[in-house]
Amino acid sequence: MSAPLLQVDQVGKRFGGFVALDSVDLTVGEGERVGLIGPNGSGKSTLVNCICGTLHNETGDVIFAGEPVNGLITHERTRRGLARSFQLPRPFMSLSVAENIRVPLLYTVNARSGHHLSPAELDERCLELLKLVALDGKAAQYPRDLTQVEMRKLELARAVAAEPKLLIADESMAGLSHSEVEDIVSLLIRLNERGITIIMIEHIMRAVMSFSQRIVVLVSGKKIADGAPDDVIKDREVVGAYLGQ
Amino acid sequence: MEFSFALLTNAIVAGLLLGGFYAAVTAGISISFGMLDIVNIAHPAFIIVGSYIAYIVNIELGVDPILVSVVMLPAFYALGAIVYQVYYLSFEKRGQESLRGLAFFFGLLFVTEVLLLIAFGVDYRSVNAVYIGPSLRLGSIEFPLRLLVPCLAALAMFAALQLFLSRSFIGRAVMAVSQDPLALRLMAVDPTRIKRIAFGISIATASMAGAFLIIIQPVIPSVGRDYIGRIFAICVLGGLGSLPGTLIAALLLGVIESLTSTFYGPSWAPAVSFGILLLTLAVRPSGLLGR
Amino acid sequence: MRTPVFILCEVAVGAALYLLFRHYGNDYVFFAGYTVLQYIVLATAWNILGGYCGYVNFGSAGFFAIGAYSSVFLHTVGQNVDDIATGFLAGPMHVIFPMPVPVLIVFGGVFAGLVGLGTGYLTLRLRGVFFAIATLALAVVLQTLVVNWSFVGGSRGAYVIPPNTVPVFGPYIQYLFVLMLILVIVSLTTARLIERSRLGYGFATIRDDELAAEASGVPTLKLKLIATVLSGALMGMAGAPFPYYLGYVEPSSAFDLSYAVNSIAMPMIGGTTSWVGPMIGAILLGTLQQLATVTISSVGNLLIVGLLLIGFVIVAPNGIVGLWQNWTRKRSKP
Repeated sequence: MSAPLLQVDQVGKRFGGFVALDSVDLTVGEGERVGLIGPNGSGKSTLVNCICGTLHNETGDVIFAGEPVNGLITHERTRRGLARSFQLPRPFMSLSVAENIRVPLLYTVNARSGHHLSPAELDERCLELLKLVALDGKAAQYPRDLTQVEMRKLELARAVAAEPKLLIADESMAGLSHSEVEDIVSLLIRLNERGITIIMIEHIMRAVMSFSQRIVVLVSGKKIADGAPDDVIKDREVVGAYLGQ
Repeated sequence: MEFSFALLTNAIVAGLLLGGFYAAVTAGISISFGMLDIVNIAHPAFIIVGSYIAYIVNIELGVDPILVSVVMLPAFYALGAIVYQVYYLSFEKRGQESLRGLAFFFGLLFVTEVLLLIAFGVDYRSVNAVYIGPSLRLGSIEFPLRLLVPCLAALAMFAALQLFLSRSFIGRAVMAVSQDPLALRLMAVDPTRIKRIAFGISIATASMAGAFLIIIQPVIPSVGRDYIGRIFAICVLGGLGSLPGTLIAALLLGVIESLTSTFYGPSWAPAVSFGILLLTLAVRPSGLLGR
Repeated sequence: MRTPVFILCEVAVGAALYLLFRHYGNDYVFFAGYTVLQYIVLATAWNILGGYCGYVNFGSAGFFAIGAYSSVFLHTVGQNVDDIATGFLAGPMHVIFPMPVPVLIVFGGVFAGLVGLGTGYLTLRLRGVFFAIATLALAVVLQTLVVNWSFVGGSRGAYVIPPNTVPVFGPYIQYLFVLMLILVIVSLTTARLIERSRLGYGFATIRDDELAAEASGVPTLKLKLIATVLSGALMGMAGAPFPYYLGYVEPSSAFDLSYAVNSIAMPMIGGTTSWVGPMIGAILLGTLQQLATVTISSVGNLLIVGLLLIGFVIVAPNGIVGLWQNWTRKRSKP
C-alpha cells in the first residue's frame, strides 16, 4: 500500500473558547473518492481551510504527498497539488470567464519547475478546461452573467486548472436542481477518472452516495465515522447526529 | 534635561489625564471600526467640528464647552446616521467598501478640513472656562484642571458607553452585528438599522471629544490629522472591538507620549503613536484584549 | 500596439508638447505644465497599488517627500563636500558631487522604494485597511523626522539654488520639464506593461478576491510588495526634482496634504482600471487646479477636488474611463 496522498493527523483548531476541530484524523489515498458529511457548523469548512492553509491549525499536522505542509501558505500548497473550490463561489469578478481559468494556469502550472506553457498552449488549455465544464461558449463573458450552476462549474474548472493531485469540492451543489446535481457529480467522476483524488463535501446525500467510495462523518469537530458508504449510513451514531430517519 | 522624580511623576500624571481624553477620542472609532468594520478615517474631522461648535457657542454665549457638546449630541447622532446611510447605499450594499469606502471617508475628512479653513482661517482658537488655568496640587504633583476636567468627563462618557453596549438590548445588538448578522436577522432585528444607530452613536461621541479637545489645547482645522495616527494606534493596540482594551491602550499611549515629550521634546510626539502602531501590527496584531 | 511602438508614440507626443510650449516663449507654461506632469506620475504610481491591487495608500505625500528630501540631503552633502570629504574619500566625492538631477531622481526612487518595501513587509500580511492606516501615519512620522533633522533644514526649510540656464534647453525650468516628461513616459509605460502581463492578472485577482487568488496559486504577498515598491519608487522619483523646481523646500510644502488627496482623486475620477484613467484625471484636475488657484484661491481649489472625489466615488465609481466605456457599450447595443 503506497503512502496516502493526504494525511490529516490529530488536527485541532479553536476560535477563542470554541473548539471547531478536535483531534481530527483523516487519510486519503491516491485516486480515492471520499465524501465528507456532517451537520452545519460541524467543522467541515474549517477542516478544509486548515488543510489548504487558509487557517492555521494549532495542533496536529497536515501531510500532503509525503511532505508536511503545516507552515506553508495557501498558494504554496496549491502549487504542490492541493486545490479547493469555495462553498460560495468566489470568481474574479473583473476578469472574464476565460481569464478566471487562465490565472491558475499562469500562477500554478507555470510556476512549477519543468515545462512552461507557452501563450498558445495556455489558450489551448483554457479552452479545453472550458469545454470540460461546457462554458466554452461563454469564455468572453463575465462571472456576473453566469447562472448559479455555471458559476459552480467555473469554480470547479478554476480549481482543476491548477492541475491538482487532490481537489476538495466544498458544497458545489447547494441549491441546484436534480439534473444540475447529476451534472456536477458526473463531472467530478470524470475528473477522478483523469487521476484527480477528490474529497466531496456535501449535504445532498443522493450525490454523496453515488459518488463516494468512502464516507467520513464530522460532528461538532470530531470524526465519528469513516468507512464504506453502506456501513456509514446505517451507523447509529451517524443516523442520530445527522441523518435522522 | 535634568531628571527629577517630580518631573517624572508629573509627566506620568499628565500622560494619564491625556490618556483618558484619548480614550474618548478613540471611543467612536472603536465602535465604527472595531465593531462595524467601517474605516471612518474622517472621525477626527467630526471631532474638530465639535471643537469649533463648542468654540462659537462659548465665545458668543459664554456657555461651558462641555455643556455645549452634550446639547449637540442629538445633532451629531443625526449626522452620523445620515453619513452611514450614504455609505451604506453607495458602498456597503454594492460590496465595494474597501477601496471606495476609504476614498469616500478620506474625501470627507479633507473637505471638512478645507471648509473649516475657509470659515475660520488658520488662527488658533481656544475656549474660556473656569477650569482652564488653575491646577490642583497634591504635594509636588500637579493636576492641571484643563486636563483633569475633560479627562473625568471623558471617563464618564466612556463608562456610559460601555454600560450601554453591555446592558441595553440595542447595545448588545451592536456588539453582535459584526459577529453574526444572520443571527440578528433571525431575531427580527434589522442589521442595517443597528449599524446606523451604532454609527450615529460613534459620531455623537465626536461632539464631546471635540469639546474636550479645545479645552485641552488650542485648535486649528489641521489638528484632526494629528489624531488619526493616535486613534488607530490605540484601536489596534487595545484590540478591535474592545472598549476596555481601548481605555488601557489610550492610557498607555498618553503616558508614553507624555514621557517622550518631557524628556525628548514635544516635536517627537507624533512619531510615538506610529511607532506603537507599527510595533503592534508587527508583533501582536490582535492587540492587548482583541477578539 | 506593441510596447516599443507605444513608447515611440509617447516620445513623439512629449516632444511635440515641449516644442509647442517652447514656441510660447514664456516660462509660466513650463512651470504649470511641470506640475501637471508631476501629477500624472503621482496618479499613475498610486493607481498601480490602489487601482490594480485595491490597496489604498494615504501617504503619497510621504513618498513624494522622501524623493524631495533625498535630493536636499544629497545637495547639502554636495555643498559641504569640502568639510565632509576627508582622506581617501575626498577624491571620489569631489567627482560624484554635485549630483545631476537625473541621478538624484534615481536615488529618490531607491529610497522611497525601500521605505515602501519596509512598510509593506510589516503591514501587507494583514488586512488592506491596516496598510492604508499605516501609510497615513507613515507620512506624519516622516514629516516629524524631517522637522527634527537640521541637516536638511528642519522646519526652517532648505534652499536649493539651481543654475539659471542650462545648455541645450535654455531656461532651467525647461530642463526639469523634459525630465518630468521622461518620468511620465516611464510611469505610463510601466503601468501599461503591467496591465498586459501576468503581473496584471495577479494584481487584479488580489483586488477581486485575495483568498481565491491564493487558492489559485497567486503569491499575494510577493505581488503586493512589488506593487508597493514600484508605486513608492515612482512617487519618490516624482519628488526628487521638487527642490530644484521651487528653489526652497520646507516640510509643510513637501508633505502637503494636497499630494495625498490628488494622488487618490485623480485616478478615482479618471478611472482606476487602466493606465489611461490616472492620466486623464491628472490632466483634468491638474489644469483645473492651476486655473482655480489663480482665479478663486488655493484653498477653494482644494475644496473642489475634495467634493469631486466624494461625488465621483459615490456616483461614478469607475471614473471617467468607466463612464466612457458605459456610453460606448450602450451605443453598440441595438
